[in-house]
Amino acid sequence: MSLMSEVGQKAFNLGVPFAVHLDVTYRCNERCVHCYLDHDDHGEMTTAEIKDVLDQLAEAGVFFLTFSGGEVFMRRDFFELVEHARRLMFNVKIKTNAVMIHEEEARRLRELAVDTIQISVYSHRPQVHDAITKLPHSFERTINSIRFLREQGLRVTIANVMMTVNSSDHLGVQKLAAELGVHYTLDPTITPMMDGGTSVLALRIPGEDLPEIFHNPALVGSQEEFCAPPQPPSEEDLEGYSCSPGHSFCYISPYGDVFPCVQFPLPTGNIRQQKFLDVWNLSPQMKEVRSIQAKDLTVCSSCSHVTSCTRCPGLAYVEGSMRGPSTADCEKSFYRTGVPTANMLRQGLSKPPGRVRLIQIRPIAMPA
Amino acid sequence: MPEDCIYIARSSAIAARALAGEMMVMNSADSTFFTLNEVATAIFQAADGHTPLREIVRNQICEQFDVDPEQAQADAEQFVAELSAHGILLVSNQPLAAETAR
Repeated sequence: MSLMSEVGQKAFNLGVPFAVHLDVTYRCNERCVHCYLDHDDHGEMTTAEIKDVLDQLAEAGVFFLTFSGGEVFMRRDFFELVEHARRLMFNVKIKTNAVMIHEEEARRLRELAVDTIQISVYSHRPQVHDAITKLPHSFERTINSIRFLREQGLRVTIANVMMTVNSSDHLGVQKLAAELGVHYTLDPTITPMMDGGTSVLALRIPGEDLPEIFHNPALVGSQEEFCAPPQPPSEEDLEGYSCSPGHSFCYISPYGDVFPCVQFPLPTGNIRQQKFLDVWNLSPQMKEVRSIQAKDLTVCSSCSHVTSCTRCPGLAYVEGSMRGPSTADCEKSFYRTGVPTANMLRQGLSKPPGRVRLIQIRPIAMPA
Repeated sequence: MPEDCIYIARSSAIAARALAGEMMVMNSADSTFFTLNEVATAIFQAADGHTPLREIVRNQICEQFDVDPEQAQADAEQFVAELSAHGILLVSNQPLAAETAR
């Protein structure tokens, strides 16, 4: 186990919020087709309020702080917030579309010793990327910004969300990342809207397309290891907890609402009305999330995939129960290993039911 | 460099936070990650750029921990050299401005 993993486990065991994802705004200069946010400003926190939140997070022991949105640079005070965060000695990561980063902004980010800048790139083809973001020339601007950041020696990661409208482009984006000298991550997860709307789920790639990703060593490393059939869970495995939300991680919205995770829309409190540590330590919802062990999962506890599945409790919550299965992750487990999940078997299925288009959305205009 | 004239300050390029008595430190330039024990944490926290290392060892280490002063000074100098090599601490024979991220 690496030193970082050891420390992360220690924070998990102690219930210390080791990492926090803070969205400073939901406003955005792009209108990505798969985005789950409402971009109107319904009263986001002021500069002073966010600085106070940062003070509280430092006091609570937060080490990793991710600034995200919306588009973080839509806030005119963004650098003031980063400066305050760095003065408090957080390890700062930023998620952005980067179109507002020029040479001066890149220089400033280097001066502030920001750890990593994660930038969304949807395709190596400008017309495809721009059709997804609905912002003309966004591809050109984003790639130029990546070059400015690299010139400053900053670490950049290209995040490539894979969906129906760009499903054939991930190898091109991966090659582009290599040319730019930046890291690359691929994510086929499309998240329901924060208001519960599911229309964007129609953009999820069909499960049948997942094996191509799961069997690509450049993306998953050792295929034998990644696609290995699940091992039967031990008693100890069933006593284990799921991922970090509520244990050592949480999410804070621009309005001060605290959630277990950015993908887990269960309100646990609001830091405009309560201290962060009161929400973290005392919220009944946070305590409930924290209490769930693998053996408590209604379907998954009997599933052979229970220890290796990427089951997202937030997506399960959106589907109806935080203790239930997350269908998207069932699908991934099946297509990764070829072994049906307990959730599929209880429905009498030998393979996932396929994409369910709850609401048909109009396809975006996509150049060939 | 005379020992009494060693001044140390934390670099502005690092992230740091205490976890259960130990200090976690990461250098953003190369993502090297350290955890400091209780004694090293005391030195790190006292690295304000204008207190000589010998005074830090005398006031923060010898008074709080049951250690031999000369051994403590030698250990502290080695610790400072290691963290300096990783860009975590800045070392000078002149007082340093305490660096914070600008």
